[in-house]
Amino acid sequence: MPTVTLTVNGRSVTADVDARTLLVQMLRENLHLTGTHVGCDTSQCGACVVHVDGKAVKSCTTFAVQCQGAEVVTIEGLAQDGKLHPMQEAFREHHGLQCGFCTPGMIMAAVDIVNRKGAVDEATIREELEGNICRCTGYHNIVKAVEAGAQAMTGKAPARQAAE
Amino acid sequence: MYPFKYQKAATVRGAVSLLGKAEDPKLLAGGHTLIPTMKQRLASPKTLIDLSGAGLSGIEQKGRNIVIGAMTTHAEVAASAIVQQAIPALARLAAHIGDPHVRHRGTIGGSVANNDPAADYPAALMALGATVHTSKRKIPAEEFFAGMFATALDEDEVITKIAFPVPAKAAYVKFPNPASRYAIVGVFVAKKGSQVKVAVTGAGSGGVFRHTAMEEALAKRFNPKSLEGVATPAADLNGDIHASADYRAHLVGVIAKRAVAAAIA
Repeated sequence: MPTVTLTVNGRSVTADVDARTLLVQMLRENLHLTGTHVGCDTSQCGACVVHVDGKAVKSCTTFAVQCQGAEVVTIEGLAQDGKLHPMQEAFREHHGLQCGFCTPGMIMAAVDIVNRKGAVDEATIREELEGNICRCTGYHNIVKAVEAGAQAMTGKAPARQAAE
Repeated sequence: MYPFKYQKAATVRGAVSLLGKAEDPKLLAGGHTLIPTMKQRLASPKTLIDLSGAGLSGIEQKGRNIVIGAMTTHAEVAASAIVQQAIPALARLAAHIGDPHVRHRGTIGGSVANNDPAADYPAALMALGATVHTSKRKIPAEEFFAGMFATALDEDEVITKIAFPVPAKAAYVKFPNPASRYAIVGVFVAKKGSQVKVAVTGAGSGGVFRHTAMEEALAKRFNPKSLEGVATPAADLNGDIHASADYRAHLVGVIAKRAVAAAIA
């Protein structure tokens, strides 16, 4: 059985896993980090999004063994010193959720959007959230939350992106 | 998913050697087609050979070509200043594959090797006249794609990079399935000198194909108006729950016009 060593939320972890173990299974079942959800299990819905080496990926479509040596951040790793991450705070403030199942993936995707694009406008947010499905909200409050979270993270109002 | 043995290749040569020795092997690139396929038990390789450590990512300009390593992700192609400057149509194509998370893992080599009939990259390779470099030879795109999910690759052959000649004008437009984002129809047009190539993905029952009638019409005058009255026979096109063959035939005409308009804009 392969041994995988990776950093999860700043902590080095090692586990013996079957090669077919998905990253999300390792996170949930071996490390008991159950904030990352499995929704569709077919790389469509985005409930399982985590960051691997700083990039948002679908952890249901990544083997744990592919992450040997990688730096993984899950929803549990965003809050610092008992204080919510600005994007988490924005989701709470703008009620960017109803049932909450998609929320961990939404927030990880949202932080990734801001990391790549900075302060983003509504149209960009809607396009960038293509890989995250929410069955409750109709997305309105999620988009508002991401916009506010992006402003809080960057300290900037959204840059109007040139129409393509 | 059935169990398998995982091996990581440190070099291309190492991957080729493992392909020769391992039991029922498959190459693992980004895994964004292979892993879902394995979950569905449509594929059950006994060995996976991971190419992520084989030094196959990167983008460079070499003379009149843009050369992209096989393990370069869609996000890297989309964000590349070199690609954006030389072949903006290719950067835009990469920027609209799947969704952002898929683009962080999916690779050009994986997409091309899989030759999904609705994938975007095969259209770019065909229309731009790209060359697929492998562990043992160079294969022109025209000879590489060999029908739905089939390529000219041998069992022990690994794609290393893809070289795209820089066109004068090019554009790719797709009509995506709203759920999967795969192309129901995608058309890539490219003009280089007096030659025009039109490649269609998503529609053909044998995978990507060149639309020679459109190419002849556009070679006379590179304008959307030249495509009026150019027929796309529905006989060789796919029909499924998303779109009938007749509908796809109509869409090919509409999307091709939009692609030419975008190329001359």
